[in-house]
Amino acid sequence: MKIRSQVGMVLNLDKCIGCHTCSITCKNVWTSREGMEYAWFNNVETKPGIGYPKEWENQDKWKGGWQRNADGSIQPRIGGKFRILANIFSNPDLPEIDDYYEPFDYDYQNLHTAPLGEHQPTARPRSAISGKRMEKIEWGPNWEEILGSEFEKRSKDKNFDNIQKDIYGQYENTFMMYLPRLCEHCLNPACVASCPSGAIYKREEDGIVLIDQEKCRGWRMCISGCPYKKIYFNWKTGKSEKCIFCYPRIESGMPTVCSETCVGRIRYLGVLLYDADKIEEVAASGSEQDLYENQLKIFLDPNDPKIIEQARKDGISDDVINAAQLSPVYKLACDWKLALPLHPEYRTLPMVWYVPSLSPIQHAAEEGHIGMDGVIPDVDSLRIPVKYLANMLTAGDERPVLLALKRLLAMRAYKRSQHVEKQEDLEVLEKVGLSQQQAEDMYRYLAIANYEDRYVIPTAHREEAILDSYGERSGCGFSFGDGCGGNSETNMFGGKKSNQRDIIKTVQIWE
Amino acid sequence: MSTNTLLFGVYPYIAFAICFIGSWARFDLAQYTWKADSSQMLRKKNMRLASNLFHIGVLFILAGHFVGLLVPESIYHHVISTPNKQLLAMVSGGFFGVLCFIGLTMLIHRRLTDDRVRANSSKSDIMILIVLWIQLTLGLISIVVSAGHMDGAEMVMLANWAQSIVTLSPIDAATSIESVNIVYKLHVFLGMTLFVLFPFTRLVHIVSAPIWYLGRGYQLVRQKQQA
Repeated sequence: MKIRSQVGMVLNLDKCIGCHTCSITCKNVWTSREGMEYAWFNNVETKPGIGYPKEWENQDKWKGGWQRNADGSIQPRIGGKFRILANIFSNPDLPEIDDYYEPFDYDYQNLHTAPLGEHQPTARPRSAISGKRMEKIEWGPNWEEILGSEFEKRSKDKNFDNIQKDIYGQYENTFMMYLPRLCEHCLNPACVASCPSGAIYKREEDGIVLIDQEKCRGWRMCISGCPYKKIYFNWKTGKSEKCIFCYPRIESGMPTVCSETCVGRIRYLGVLLYDADKIEEVAASGSEQDLYENQLKIFLDPNDPKIIEQARKDGISDDVINAAQLSPVYKLACDWKLALPLHPEYRTLPMVWYVPSLSPIQHAAEEGHIGMDGVIPDVDSLRIPVKYLANMLTAGDERPVLLALKRLLAMRAYKRSQHVEKQEDLEVLEKVGLSQQQAEDMYRYLAIANYEDRYVIPTAHREEAILDSYGERSGCGFSFGDGCGGNSETNMFGGKKSNQRDIIKTVQIWE
Repeated sequence: MSTNTLLFGVYPYIAFAICFIGSWARFDLAQYTWKADSSQMLRKKNMRLASNLFHIGVLFILAGHFVGLLVPESIYHHVISTPNKQLLAMVSGGFFGVLCFIGLTMLIHRRLTDDRVRANSSKSDIMILIVLWIQLTLGLISIVVSAGHMDGAEMVMLANWAQSIVTLSPIDAATSIESVNIVYKLHVFLGMTLFVLFPFTRLVHIVSAPIWYLGRGYQLVRQKQQA
């Protein structure tokens, strides 16, 4: 057993109102630059829809993630190492900018400078890449917002697989939900595996997956390798970039920008301890539907004295273990089994999980429009088909989704009995396997959702890794390569670089 | 010093020195600029054909020049005679040269005519494509010139030049190349100039060809090292 820690995230889709605050704050902080204006490290999609980039979930088209070979081993779906190198001159699985959208701006100045005329002056769009006029904008970062565009097109959504989808195109049966997406910071990242330069790596101490901007050579295989299409090619710099999980904030114990600014309080950040030795075995699980259950087995109980002892041996500090014990992510994913991974069938073992969305049903159920299962509405008659959620979160296995939805409903019914009827209904909890304490905790974390409960993030102890704080004075800080340049220990004329920060030395290991 | 000595005895060393020191400085001081600089993502139309033709052609041609110029007569005579070697070089070089020519011409056309790619091209991106195109055309013309004398004598003179250069005999090198056809001389001069341009253009991605990927584990993890 080799224990590592990761800061994971859970998003409670049931509370997401699709306001895009997460996307906007993220963009303002990280990607408001030429070359990255089309890239959204965090974006919110309206489902059902083909998403951003177009049809990102269709791996027959994009070939992202891993595939299991006949001999039980796994390899990136875009191909083994030879095929990846053979495609290096022209990557056949690379999305074009139009699959995201051509970035544009408007000629706002025309509103000021247009001569007096009969008609109102307009601000017409212009491509941010070529600078040329765009006559019509045909696609954007969120074209399908609140069921925009025809059902015909949106129904290409892969999550409709094995569903008679036609009826959901009718007005009476239509449904929708929001899906905020960011890099999954996977345990078995396909982007790392497909990077020919070895520039992408996972950090051992917090699991954040990063691209070394100096080492990236722009071979662009990671973009195809990632099944979530969360690696973006900066067309200006010729290097790939991705969500950095706001690592400078995480290191100092602060939540990511998207979490911090979430007005719906849907996001949770917390430490998970996992067994790094089991990753390969679990990622190669025989059936795709086993991947969710097997990934749960990688996560370790932070309250088990044996695990604590081993974690200490593996160099995990006590405050990280303490944070793991208080982790909201552990509670939601492992204790209550409410949070589920996004598309576990990609075999990347994602670390951003989702609490499935309930449909607005209580009222409909009370009116008798839909069936009841005891005191809670029958989950099978929810507006959002369970199969749809299962295709998204559990490789099509409906049982975990049903359990999560029933538990959410049971917690509500229990709290209602407590507050409205003044008589606690424990039977409804028993039916879904929850104790009273668990239900109270769920209420605290899901309904009250206090800041300090949602975000339990240990600091990264950078101070321990600083050899000579005095020498770090006036160091380089954040730069994009050129400013404080230089890669080697000494500069090309032999001297030690005066401007180099080398406080945190890293060792790279191959797995 | 004659012009010939200057161009073919001295210039190669200046070119190599600029190439080496320039690349070193760029790698060390501005590695963020060290990249393939692909524009496939902006427009993929025809890229599969054009880029593959160009790269496969140029890789073979580079390997052919390396082996053909630097293996001494005494060694390759065990395998092939001089006239036959010239024929082999003309046929294989011609074949891959044409592949490369088609690919490169398509790439130049794309770079100059596609709005997105053109707007995102630096002067150096366009310049290096044109220099490569001229160099490739000179190389293809030299095949026609070679067809006029199939005995391999001129090829031997060029090989002697290259071998003298790498064995640090600039005077011998200049002497051995003095009487060859002007087409070869232009081709050699422009070839040396490509070494000069190398560190200042996107050509640097050649040295980063990621062959070591084949021997690597799939996952990479970086550990924080405690002080």
